[in-house]
Amino acid sequence: MVSLLILLTATFGMIHLIPGDPVAAALGPSASPPLVAQRTHELGLDRPILTQYWSYLHDVVTLHFGESITTESSVSTLILQRFPNTLRLAVPAFILVVVLALPIGLLTAVRTRGGRGRTTRRAFVGLTGLLNSIPDYVLATLLSVIFVVGLKALPAAGDQGLRSYVLPVIALVVGPAASLSRIVRVEALKVLDTEYIRAARARRLPMLLRYGRHVLPNMVTASLTYGSLILSGLIAGTVLVENVFGWPGVGTVISQAVVQKDYPTIQGVLLVLGATVLFMNLVVDLVLGLLDPRSRVGEL
Amino acid sequence: MATVAAAPAGRGRRRARLLAGAVPLLLLLGFVFLCVAAPLLWGDPASATHVAQAGQGTSVRHWAGTDDLGRDILARTLVATRNSLLLAVLATMLGGAVGVGLGLVAGSSRRLGRLVSAVINVLLAFPALLLSIFFAVLFGLGSVGSVLAVGAAFTPGFARITQTLTAAVVGRDYIDAARVLGRRPLSIALRHILPNIGEPVLLYSTIHIGTAILSLSGLSFLGLGVQPPSYDWGRLLSDGLTRVYISPGAALAPAVAIVLAGLTFNMLGEWLSDLIAGRESGALPAGPPQVSIVDAEADDGTPGDRLLEVRHLRVIYPGHRGSVATPVRDVSFRLAPGQTLGIVGESGSGKSLTASAIAQLIDAPGAVDAQTLRFLDLDLLDRQAVDKVLGRSMAMVFQDPGEALNPAIKIGTHLLEPAMIHLGDPKPVARRKAYDALRAVAIGDPARRYRQHQHELSGGMKQRVCIAIGLMGEPKLLIADEPTTALDVTVQRQILRLIARIGRDTGAGMLFISHDIAVVAEVCDRVAVMYAGFVVEQAPTATLLAGPAHPYTALLVAASPTMTTDKVAPLPALDGRMPSPDAELPGCYFADRCPRADATCTGHRPPLLRIAGSQAHRVACWHPLTGPDRANDAGTNDTRTNDTGTNDTGTNATREEAPL
Repeated sequence: MVSLLILLTATFGMIHLIPGDPVAAALGPSASPPLVAQRTHELGLDRPILTQYWSYLHDVVTLHFGESITTESSVSTLILQRFPNTLRLAVPAFILVVVLALPIGLLTAVRTRGGRGRTTRRAFVGLTGLLNSIPDYVLATLLSVIFVVGLKALPAAGDQGLRSYVLPVIALVVGPAASLSRIVRVEALKVLDTEYIRAARARRLPMLLRYGRHVLPNMVTASLTYGSLILSGLIAGTVLVENVFGWPGVGTVISQAVVQKDYPTIQGVLLVLGATVLFMNLVVDLVLGLLDPRSRVGEL
Repeated sequence: MATVAAAPAGRGRRRARLLAGAVPLLLLLGFVFLCVAAPLLWGDPASATHVAQAGQGTSVRHWAGTDDLGRDILARTLVATRNSLLLAVLATMLGGAVGVGLGLVAGSSRRLGRLVSAVINVLLAFPALLLSIFFAVLFGLGSVGSVLAVGAAFTPGFARITQTLTAAVVGRDYIDAARVLGRRPLSIALRHILPNIGEPVLLYSTIHIGTAILSLSGLSFLGLGVQPPSYDWGRLLSDGLTRVYISPGAALAPAVAIVLAGLTFNMLGEWLSDLIAGRESGALPAGPPQVSIVDAEADDGTPGDRLLEVRHLRVIYPGHRGSVATPVRDVSFRLAPGQTLGIVGESGSGKSLTASAIAQLIDAPGAVDAQTLRFLDLDLLDRQAVDKVLGRSMAMVFQDPGEALNPAIKIGTHLLEPAMIHLGDPKPVARRKAYDALRAVAIGDPARRYRQHQHELSGGMKQRVCIAIGLMGEPKLLIADEPTTALDVTVQRQILRLIARIGRDTGAGMLFISHDIAVVAEVCDRVAVMYAGFVVEQAPTATLLAGPAHPYTALLVAASPTMTTDKVAPLPALDGRMPSPDAELPGCYFADRCPRADATCTGHRPPLLRIAGSQAHRVACWHPLTGPDRANDAGTNDTRTNDTGTNDTGTNATREEAPL
């Protein structure tokens, strides 16, 4: 809740902290002073600051993000149109990251347990390090050079059915999957070292059951906690990747808006993205609470 | 005795570690060179416009093609190094300076600290890119704005790490001392705290320069960073992307530059932290140690009444710098069905590892070696296809039941698994068995316990559950590894009785491991005493307690007070230490602490041989104690007269080479 309030205050305060007159900047040097004054009045920027803050909070709660300075269209409508597209990239990417990182990290942990498999460990650390160092927008560019320009196998831009998801999702997934699988490996190594896994081995439980039922639930807690940070980074990653592929999400909106100094739009998009991140952290916390039997004492 | 392939010593590894830094260092050097020289060398082709050559693809003259104005893109990429790196370093320094300042405040002052760290926490929840966009809007577009933005976005991260480090340092005594001396907080922070946290903060900065390059390029890529006519890699990349169909090289050149730069600083950071930590990780020889054991005994056949047979068992771990540790050096014993053998020894004697070796729980890099290691009719040294039998017939109870039960899994699941998997029972049958097993270990209300998790049970209850799990198969051998050590004294006895009863009821053989000879005596038919990885004495419990033959056993028995112990006389204590697992001695490992030791003992290893006149009493000692008053014996009336140690054991007339 506190985070949400800070987020709201920050997006609200942004327009007031900008040096100079934001309206004049947005309208460009050719705008006449009366026009600037009129727009300022329309946007309510000439009222006392607390009044503005209150009405801003009120507007946000009722999902009114104001109007774009440049296009004068409703920001809420724009976000409602575009945000689902962003989620359509982020959600599959999110799922794919988890689905990839858990088994990869776990498997590598098993192979490198107790200091064996040094080659495997080096290869894993090296490869994930490399993949992690490639920023998503660069990867997106490279992918489109290879698959769109070179092989002409996939569509270059926009949302043209399932095939156009392939590249943006890959670009989003690779980095986070690499770093999450690193974390998973470290966490899994800790769990594999515990006495209860030794006990499970002493009972000769088959491998799949041992790792699936005995190891996984115990490492999910820590992995998800770190994972939530990585995954909120993924939300931000969509901004860049959308720009590479001309994806009609909020990412393309915000980069245009920033260049055009369209502050209400920037405010709205940042608010929505920020709130999404907060919401995901909340969900992760809730999931963790459900998974961890220690927090359910007395419930049974 | 043992020939072990030793790995090259530490020096080679150190060199390898230094060498690992060569790649990032060379790359860094290259980037620094480009920063300085690129604008001079390639400044012309990078800025000179040749409209006639505009928008070309990759060619011999222009490896990465040209842009709209005919400028060479490769040259521009190289020249852009200066801008990209310089801005990244600036942003990191800025974020670092502000962040470290905030972190110092948060870490050293309590009231202000709480506020600062609350803000840091909130900011950390947001991805750096969103923060940078936010700040980029605030500070305006362009180089200055983006440096400020990225710097600001880095601040919370720096503040957090500084705060954590500071908090650790602040707790130390010298800070308290400085405070008592009346130093002001600022001076304490600068003089005492900063130097102590400098190293990790610098490391963090190094890695963050890489991140800064990526973030700044990202901002420029979005058009929020460096503005034309200036350019950096991100700008070039986004320009290149618009013309990716004409010349892929236009996008590739800056993309490669960004990745390479990011990678360089990442590798640099990891290498530095490796150097600082001086990690000893994975200091292992390449293959499993090659071990050969001399002193082979002939197998006397007839495995009929034998549940478990262990002959010359060794457990070997590769140690630091190519050395070898042998926590279990030579262990031999035999266990018949229904029999109970106790293994006693102080910590580090190798008794628990012996149990692990039998249960096949020694992990690589550790290696198990034995002349014979048989359970039922299985050769345990052959690791193939024994899981089913072991899971069904061998059960293990561990020292700390709280650790041995999986916190995420219900008690019931623990119980069901062995029956369903190893015996193939359907779930209802397995559940009925589980209830029976819980009842058998005297747990009331099994249906309720069945549904609970381990944290809802008491320590004694957990150990009962662990024993019940062991009962779910058809155990022929129960290995109990210090099963009462972690429990309350009041519960210990109950569990002990339970284990003894379970052993009787199921007719299973039992291996009971403990450091407490009194506990072992209560449960076991026979006792084996371990010291420094050797079985030094083995005898029926009563025989051993009445007349220990090994000086170490004698001390162990004497040190364990009973009702008849003289309460005035001090308990005997032992000077010195047990030889460590990596020590390699030619003689008896106890000689160093033994009151009876002589030159023979330090020069020759005593084998475990049967004592004349006693069927089941074996000892590994050149000068064993004899008679009923053995504990006080000074070594004068020794029936096992030994001749000066020049000959080998086979000629010793009073002892026989004993099959176990």
